[in-house]
Amino acid sequence: MIRINCPFCGERDHSEFSYGGDGSIVYPSLDAPAEEWSAAVFQRENIRGMQTESWQHVNGCRQWLLVERDTMTHEIQSVRAAHDGVGKVLEKGQ
Amino acid sequence: MTAVRVEQGGVVDRQSEVSFTWDNRHYSGFAGDTLASALLANGESIIGRSFKYHRPRGIMSAGVEESGAIVTVGVSHRRDANVKATTQELFPGLIAHGQNAWPNVRHDLGAVNNLMGRFFSAGFYYKTFMGIPPFEWGRKGTGIWMQYEKLIRRAAGMGRASRDPDPDHYEHGHLFCDVLVVGSGPAGLAAAGKCAEQGLDVLLVEQDFEFGGDYLNHGGSDSIKKRNDAVDALQKAGARMMQRTTAFGLYDYGVAGLLQRVTDHLPNADPHLPRQRFLTVRARHTILATGALERHYAFGNNDVPGIMNAHAAVCYLNRFGVLGGERVVITTNNDSAYATASNLAQAGAQVKLLDSRRQVPDSVAGLLNTRGIELETGTTVLNAHGRKHIKSVETAISGGNHWRRGMDEECDLLLVSGGWSPVVNLLSHRGVRPVWDSNNCCFVPAETAEPVTTAGSSLGIWGNSDCEASGLVAADSAIASLGGQSVSVSMPATGGWETPLEPLYEVEIKGVTKKSFIDPQHDVTADDVRLAHQEGFVSVEHLKRYTPLGMATDQGKMGNIIGLALMAEALGREIPEVGTTTFRPPYTPVSIGALAGRAFGAHFKPLRRTPMHDWNLQHGATMVDAGLWQRPWYFAREGETITEAYIRETETTRTSVGLCDVTSLGKIAIQGPDATEFINRVYSNAFAKLPVGKARYGIMLRDDGIVMDDGTTWRFSETDYFMTTTTAHAAKVMVWLEELLQMRWPELRVHVTTVSEQWAGVAVAGPKSRDVLAACLAEPATVSAEALPFMGVVESTLANGAPCRIARISFSGEMAFEVYVGSDYANSLMDLLYPRAMQIGGCLYGTEALGALRIEKGHVTGAELDGRVSIDDAGLGKMASETKSYIGSALRKRPELQRTDRPRLVGIFPKDRSETFKAGSILCSPDEVEGLGEGWITAVTHSPELGHWIGLGFVSGGHEAWQGKVLVAADPVRRGNMYVEVVSPHMVDPTGERMHG
Repeated sequence: MIRINCPFCGERDHSEFSYGGDGSIVYPSLDAPAEEWSAAVFQRENIRGMQTESWQHVNGCRQWLLVERDTMTHEIQSVRAAHDGVGKVLEKGQ
Repeated sequence: MTAVRVEQGGVVDRQSEVSFTWDNRHYSGFAGDTLASALLANGESIIGRSFKYHRPRGIMSAGVEESGAIVTVGVSHRRDANVKATTQELFPGLIAHGQNAWPNVRHDLGAVNNLMGRFFSAGFYYKTFMGIPPFEWGRKGTGIWMQYEKLIRRAAGMGRASRDPDPDHYEHGHLFCDVLVVGSGPAGLAAAGKCAEQGLDVLLVEQDFEFGGDYLNHGGSDSIKKRNDAVDALQKAGARMMQRTTAFGLYDYGVAGLLQRVTDHLPNADPHLPRQRFLTVRARHTILATGALERHYAFGNNDVPGIMNAHAAVCYLNRFGVLGGERVVITTNNDSAYATASNLAQAGAQVKLLDSRRQVPDSVAGLLNTRGIELETGTTVLNAHGRKHIKSVETAISGGNHWRRGMDEECDLLLVSGGWSPVVNLLSHRGVRPVWDSNNCCFVPAETAEPVTTAGSSLGIWGNSDCEASGLVAADSAIASLGGQSVSVSMPATGGWETPLEPLYEVEIKGVTKKSFIDPQHDVTADDVRLAHQEGFVSVEHLKRYTPLGMATDQGKMGNIIGLALMAEALGREIPEVGTTTFRPPYTPVSIGALAGRAFGAHFKPLRRTPMHDWNLQHGATMVDAGLWQRPWYFAREGETITEAYIRETETTRTSVGLCDVTSLGKIAIQGPDATEFINRVYSNAFAKLPVGKARYGIMLRDDGIVMDDGTTWRFSETDYFMTTTTAHAAKVMVWLEELLQMRWPELRVHVTTVSEQWAGVAVAGPKSRDVLAACLAEPATVSAEALPFMGVVESTLANGAPCRIARISFSGEMAFEVYVGSDYANSLMDLLYPRAMQIGGCLYGTEALGALRIEKGHVTGAELDGRVSIDDAGLGKMASETKSYIGSALRKRPELQRTDRPRLVGIFPKDRSETFKAGSILCSPDEVEGLGEGWITAVTHSPELGHWIGLGFVSGGHEAWQGKVLVAADPVRRGNMYVEVVSPHMVDPTGERMHG
């Protein structure tokens, strides 16, 4: 069981979250050509080691998070809100 | 059969006699006994029959590694098979039976297998039976193997589980602690004590029903006092201590799985108590003090009843007060058996100690002489004699690098010590491969960066005082890792014997074939390992799969190291080069009931009911599961079948009016200044110009251009939308919208909120729907044709004052409205609508009629939008905007999705209109009724409008490609094959006059 330190709720079991996949993908603009979309949607890295991935705290605050996780060891290096604005509000609040 | 209960000693409660039943005979033991110790005290020798050869087996150990005394506990629906008698706590009224034997374990006809033993080598059954008849003769061989297999499984195997439902209940629980200590032996107690002293929140778990581990196995009051003091101190310090609790698995982030046996030892348990608890514990630091298991070695007939691990005999003597035999031979390759010899001699046994090493320290050997123990060095056991119990042993004398025959020794108990294996299983669960310690001939845990520390004999430290010291060292590392102040204690050295152990895995003399077991639980012999090697299985992982070595409940506890050593020898390599198998959870078996907890039957998944659930039931609904929801399926009137009911409901709705609970649709409030832009990007069709007061049907795609979901979205103001989704995809769409807003388009000022539970919904459908609805409103004119045209939405008030939302939208193809009220008003809405509908001959309808209505119209649902279908496949390509960009717009155009021969949505008629057919059938061209076919059928219904059965499905190229041709609806295992014709999916009212009217 991976434990994820949700910046909004605290450390929780990964069963409260749902995995969103590679969080480092920058999706092209909607009017970008099919080739760019194809690259973003289908051409994915299968990273061995630290990867940035997205998780949603779906049974919690429902925030999407960016998690840096080692795919070999499950070690988590950092967790932050995917939405910068929300992240900044959180920082100010603290 | 000369085991006896000695006059005094042990930690059993001799004042409290416990009666129990073994194989239909009555016995008694003491409180504190295990089933094994009580059977031993009663002189029982044969407790089990082996897996394959049905050889008689006795008690071979005193713990979880037991491979002989495997029994069935309990009767009828509480029958629990494959229980190790050595871990089963005795309780009044316990009923146990031998297993894998007929008529019983003492006289087992299956033992004929043993006579044929030389044929039954590893892989025998597969090699022999899978080839009959030869494969070349045809495909039938596998089928016949299936028949053999049933018989073979019956003959070779373990106990039989009850087929009745489990009458007990189980619980799941969650725990947190600073330090989890697994094992309460000298190391575990010391570690837990020190951590608790430092104010840490300590959880100590012990699989046994007594705390103390090896403290319990030592004679004299010293070690018992040590144990008692440690337990008292822990209790005073507020540590949580759980006995009968096994840490069966270790997972990421300090998570451990615990199985707590709550009532398994109670004769008349409180029915409110769970039988077992499955606990998930999250520890900041874990200390593993899991001990070590004594190994045997392979020699001839080393499984005869009356042969057990040397240390087990000490446990039976000192913990349970049972002396295992009068004439005892002990065979060892290490120092640990010397204390055993001394203990047994002191208790009155005549002991002969055979040490395979030629030199042993004088101090140890001298000690034995004073007790009248005979010691022979350079000697070991070659073969055991005795059919039902050991009678004598043949010895072998070391001749350097080979063995030669020695004298015979009579005995009634043979104790074996082939060295010790630290229990490294839990760390192995974490993927930490153990490393080989060639001094002690065992695997020891490797270093790990995780907050897990190993202590005591599980680290390869043998003496109890050294184990205590290593427990303190482990506590220090835990305290330090949790940020506390620790005083470093010096780590005791591993091992701890005066003379090093001499590796001994097998004793054989060339040319003499004997059955030498390495894994007695699975009847794996030394020859099986050599056979595996001979047949080309070179790694230990192969070995485990070719022979059943270390599989199932054993998980390598008994025979792993010997198997490894023999494989290494056959390969001419060193043990560490051959490696060790990865131990997997669970360490000891976990019942399925405990895993399931309360999540079974009706509690297997959450149940969702609509607010008018009871109202529907009161009005004759039969319910059906739709995902997690229960929805009305049909409303049968007196004497009606489901078919009659849904056909009537469909006809009534088409000719008059029908009411249907549609609450389960997903509902999402989308609000904010950028809501219009957001919705316009999400849907494939145009939404930018949707006026306030209007709804629109929308289809959303995934990034890859495949359809995700469809539904309607209603606009109430410039910034306020109400989106409905399908029942099936409600949660998925919500997650998707959140992902888009939080991850992809953070600049959009939009808020989405699920309001599925806030609104109850009813579809009012049919030519008279407006009359019925208008009569239920405070202002009937709200829904007039002028005020509320097709696709119009309005917020209004019911005649009873309840606020409501109405949209004139249609799924049935008739003029229809969806009416939503706050969930609390659901019944009042139905109470208004229903009498008026009934007055004009209307009815309630369920999902079956809903399905019939939509199939007639060719409207798609989740059955069609199955994640493989593009918007063009669904026949909705015209809706996709060509002028805007939206999610999926780029990849929808990829060549594969644009192929004209892709399966497209079609309507299906049976060729013979009087025939029926089934959803799930494969559509094939009549000249090629095999393979993947040309398409498939997703939904079927009887169409009252058309007067025959119709269906929806997908066929390559769509209906245009198959005009005037027939297809075969192949359904070979259910309905049989039949001919169908393909038509446009819009089978009723294709121009949509009725819903616009």
